[in-house]
Amino acid sequence: MSVNSDLNIDYLANLARLALTGAEKEKFSRQLGDILHYVEKLKSVDVAGVEPMAHASPVFNVWQEDTARPGLPVEEALRNAPAQRQHMIVVPKVVE
Amino acid sequence: MADDLIYLPAARLAELLGSGEISSVGLVQACLARTKAVDGRVKAFNSCDEAGALALAQASDQRRAAGQARGPLDGIPVGFKDVIAVAGQPLTCSSKILADFISPYDATVTEKLKAAGAIPFGRLNMDEFAMGSSTENSAFGPTANPWDLSRVPGGSSGGSAAAVAAGEMPVSLGSDTGGSIRQPAALCGVVGLKPTYGLVSRYGLAAYASSLDQIGTMARTVEDAALVLGTIAGHDPRDSTSFKAEVPDYRAELGRRKGPWRLGVPKEFFGAGLDPEVGAAVRAAIEHYRKAGCEIREVSLPLAAEYAIAVYYLIATAEASSNLARYDGVRYGHRSTKAKDAVDLYFQSRAEGFGDEVKRRIILGTHVLSSGYYDAYYLRAQKVRSLIRNEFTTVLRDCDALLSPTSPTAAFKLGEKSSDPLAMYLTDIYTISVNLAGLPGISVPCGFTGGGLPIGLQMIGRPFDEAGLLAIARHYERAHAWHTKHPLLS
Repeated sequence: MSVNSDLNIDYLANLARLALTGAEKEKFSRQLGDILHYVEKLKSVDVAGVEPMAHASPVFNVWQEDTARPGLPVEEALRNAPAQRQHMIVVPKVVE
Repeated sequence: MADDLIYLPAARLAELLGSGEISSVGLVQACLARTKAVDGRVKAFNSCDEAGALALAQASDQRRAAGQARGPLDGIPVGFKDVIAVAGQPLTCSSKILADFISPYDATVTEKLKAAGAIPFGRLNMDEFAMGSSTENSAFGPTANPWDLSRVPGGSSGGSAAAVAAGEMPVSLGSDTGGSIRQPAALCGVVGLKPTYGLVSRYGLAAYASSLDQIGTMARTVEDAALVLGTIAGHDPRDSTSFKAEVPDYRAELGRRKGPWRLGVPKEFFGAGLDPEVGAAVRAAIEHYRKAGCEIREVSLPLAAEYAIAVYYLIATAEASSNLARYDGVRYGHRSTKAKDAVDLYFQSRAEGFGDEVKRRIILGTHVLSSGYYDAYYLRAQKVRSLIRNEFTTVLRDCDALLSPTSPTAAFKLGEKSSDPLAMYLTDIYTISVNLAGLPGISVPCGFTGGGLPIGLQMIGRPFDEAGLLAIARHYERAHAWHTKHPLLS
């Protein structure tokens, strides 16, 4: 972990599509700095030749038949949409 | 009648239902009455489906009268952590961003419980998106510990544990990503079971950290936990990490497995930071097994003890930042009315919808996965995770289970750790490595502090050996009466 672990809160908030206030940026930077300092301890573990582990279940390459199955009716699928019209979700204009 | 029912185990309620001494409608009414009496103070529930539960109870009573009861859980109410989908009921994850969300479908565990006749009773409070160890991160306010209302119930499944402890629910479902079933079970004095990763389908569980999340149960007894596990376990093609494991009759297996067992005690789990009263209660529980003829051996898990929390907060936040990208204000969930344009809609909806801990973890996870940092953080954490899993595999070759405290302390005060995220993370020090390794773990009550707060004993088993783990836990429970004590809540 020989990288600079200082985190750039503006850059990350933009990547994560999160609008943060100035006070939030200050607070999160400090708290996350503490956490990053804590995880620095992983530097001291020898991981040479160790395979990374993605999850703990002993299953790999799970295949499924490509067959149609019943899905949700449109009304149900759109039930939680914040705005809808004629079976479509309404969003702000995306092209000028 | 109602007051006699509220602390009976589900297995006993099933007998009373079977013999006709009680009805499911009467049982649901008793739970509703208890919830109305105490939940203003405990705040375990986000919502209850009173009409739906009574209708299902009536249907259950009719089935039973017709000789068509579906098994021991038919007519038994079950509380659901508000992160598991029940069609037609709210699913909020205790977050403002899902405050008005209604599940369009059932989770697999819900389908299975309904098929067994169980009654989804209501939605239980939690830390927002299961991120936390005290239920204080709920957007709807904290749940209180029924044993001391000024203290936390633990978390993130705090509502699930408190509802069972307070006599509101005989059993409940929770989810456990780093200890979120076992730790609140310990702090509230109930049984909490986290199954092996892959045994219970995660389909319909709102994702936090997909490689660690597992659905499990809270109950008053080990037998009840066995009963619920037997109902919800099993392969599901809708969860690609679900394992094709045989699902035994866990309840029947309890009676068949009698020991003696070889039990390991990880010495690092008894070091600095462990409250002396908690340590003494757990050591007394270990003595129980020694006296019963079990071989107790000291084992060592140095990497799990030292590095599990660091590994967890890199992997879990990375997965969370990816999983929670779906909450964008477009298709469902909270949509900001302040957005200037389509992209700003994401920024504002997420800023308004998520609480502080969720934002912190999304930022940390984004950092961990970002260009230039991936190898140093995420990949390295995945490698140390392999080493931790190997450490458990080695130790469990010679031990049937491991015994440790569930949590280093009993319930702490509301507000005590809420401003220091790292201090909060350290409360999961004994539970978190079990999720990294994907093993089954259970917490059972093993005593009380001088101040009357419950203490939990954690047992960690071999992968997919829930039957063995439950039998070992039951052996202790049968010889002790901790699980028969209840909070006064006067």
